[in-house]
Amino acid sequence: MTEKPLQQAESVPATKPLIRKKRRLSLTKKRAMMGYLFVLPFIIGLITFFLVPLIQSFIFSLNNLQVSADGSGYQLIPVGFGNYNRAWNVHATYKRDLVEALLYMVTNVPLIIIFSFFAANLLNQKFRGRSLARAIFFLPVIVTSGIILVVDSGDLLQSAMGLTQSDGQEGAFRAAELTRLLLQSRLSPVFIDYIVSAVDRIYDIVSASGVQILIFLAGLQSISPSLFEASNIEGATGWENFWKITFPMVSPLILVNTVYSIIDTLTNSSNTVMQLIRDIAFANNDYGMSSAMAWIYFVSILAVIGIVIWLISRSVFYQE
Amino acid sequence: MKTIAVFRKKAKVRKEVKKHRRFTLSTLAKYGWSIVRGVIILGICFLILYPTLVKLTVAFMPEKDIFDVTVRYIPKSPTFENFKAVWKAMGYTKAFWNTFKLSALTSIMQLISCTLIGYGFARFKFRGRGFLFTLVILSMIVPPQTLMVPLFMHFRYFDIFGIFSAITGGRGLNLLDSYWPFVLMSLTGMGLKNGLYIYILRQFFRGMPKELEEAAYVDGAGMLRTFWQIMLPSAVPAMVTVFLFSFVWQWTDSFYSTLFLQKTKVLSGALSSVSFNITQQIYFETGVNVALPPAISSMYTNTASLLVIAPLLILYLFAQRRFVESVERSGIVG
Repeated sequence: MTEKPLQQAESVPATKPLIRKKRRLSLTKKRAMMGYLFVLPFIIGLITFFLVPLIQSFIFSLNNLQVSADGSGYQLIPVGFGNYNRAWNVHATYKRDLVEALLYMVTNVPLIIIFSFFAANLLNQKFRGRSLARAIFFLPVIVTSGIILVVDSGDLLQSAMGLTQSDGQEGAFRAAELTRLLLQSRLSPVFIDYIVSAVDRIYDIVSASGVQILIFLAGLQSISPSLFEASNIEGATGWENFWKITFPMVSPLILVNTVYSIIDTLTNSSNTVMQLIRDIAFANNDYGMSSAMAWIYFVSILAVIGIVIWLISRSVFYQE
Repeated sequence: MKTIAVFRKKAKVRKEVKKHRRFTLSTLAKYGWSIVRGVIILGICFLILYPTLVKLTVAFMPEKDIFDVTVRYIPKSPTFENFKAVWKAMGYTKAFWNTFKLSALTSIMQLISCTLIGYGFARFKFRGRGFLFTLVILSMIVPPQTLMVPLFMHFRYFDIFGIFSAITGGRGLNLLDSYWPFVLMSLTGMGLKNGLYIYILRQFFRGMPKELEEAAYVDGAGMLRTFWQIMLPSAVPAMVTVFLFSFVWQWTDSFYSTLFLQKTKVLSGALSSVSFNITQQIYFETGVNVALPPAISSMYTNTASLLVIAPLLILYLFAQRRFVESVERSGIVG
């Protein structure tokens, strides 16, 4: 017993690097183990509440699901791609709803991004009452979420007393003047239509930008002030500062926010496709077709996001 | 005497120069911009507040004011009748407590699990980290409707490796109409929009200086202790943001609550059926089957939605400072 430590002590100089290496390795291993431990809840959730249901839902979409009368379980009757066929070709409104949802997203998301970036820049400046203005700008996160959005979007009195109205009859804000002004300035009609419709939907856009403003604002504040100091000394104007410093530094967040906005507009609860999928499942008890519809929708969202990421990430500036 | 006159003259000149300086183009532009900015901000604030203000005025209007063309914003004879009717029709007190319990439970659990998961992704290197994080993003992209039917079945016949069915002899436990589905999904970071929370917290932890942790390790703290005593206290701002988000979104969520809760009444469900309930009530009380005019049913719905968001607005009033500050102190973005 007494000899061994002595021997070790003698051989320390020779094995020292070895021991150190071994220890470092075990530390990284230990840290990796801790990492798994921290992420473990997610792994469990991912498998039980995400991957398995995802696969199951795909299986459901290939079958007709019948809940047995005594409530003891359900049966699957395979129908191949029949549900997809029914959803795509037979159902009266699904295809149109899907295309409309995608078009709505394509027109709205750029506006949301532009508005939230603009608003974040405004809120980043110093002025009196800034914290109040911020508090109000983030308010839509609360007042237009979930069920409130669903209830408000079709509400009679809200639209009767609303600021904007699609038919432009009595809204307090009328875009007619704006249209005339833009027409006189010889802009292309397509562009004018886009701007005017944006003005008409300004509330939708503002109320969908709460989280995006938050993300942009945090990004703006993480830009180091020394960059601006240096460029001011060099004589750069505010305009140049904006395009040469602010914009490139926040550009990764444009990607993040675009993806978030796409997901948000396509999966929020007032979306017509989402409501349709719900109704087909629980009002008509047609679980198979509902799953098929959900899968078509999911794949199209995935495709859109893939394209967007590919387009934007080419022009994004990363500091590393 | 002469010297005094000279001084006076110099002072006058200086004053003029000063006066002149005040109105250079750049200062003019500055004032001009601050006015424009003020107008823009006021306009947007008005736009955001307007629907809530409409709800507020409508809620105090008696029925006849709704149809009165001379009444636009301010009710002629304000009443609490709408509130009383809606309160009763929604079963507000009970629905409020149910929703409160549900939101508090899920948001606290989501906060715990997402903080742990976010920290794990931010600070530990392990095999498959990138892949797992991609799956976090994917879990945000998949519409909850895709998983709706399987999840419903999953909790209707809940089972872990066939243990429960072996005990009860049936086909698993029925966890619907309890808070268990919410608890289980929150604890595993799979609840409503949890991908976003994991993302926010991961970015926050990534933005924190590594030296902090290293100093703690050098001082002999273990990994758990470092997390608990060093990282958590400084993550409070981001955690407040996440807590607020999860509380609010659970509160107004109608998707999961109608999917998992059928008998238990929560506010979001009560809101969507409020005008139907009022007609039912009138029918029970008077025996007359009336159809509410659309404007009146809209009036009740607006009053009800005001009642649903009122507690959230109060919460926001208190948390707002922390919330805005959390942005100030940055870090959400790495």
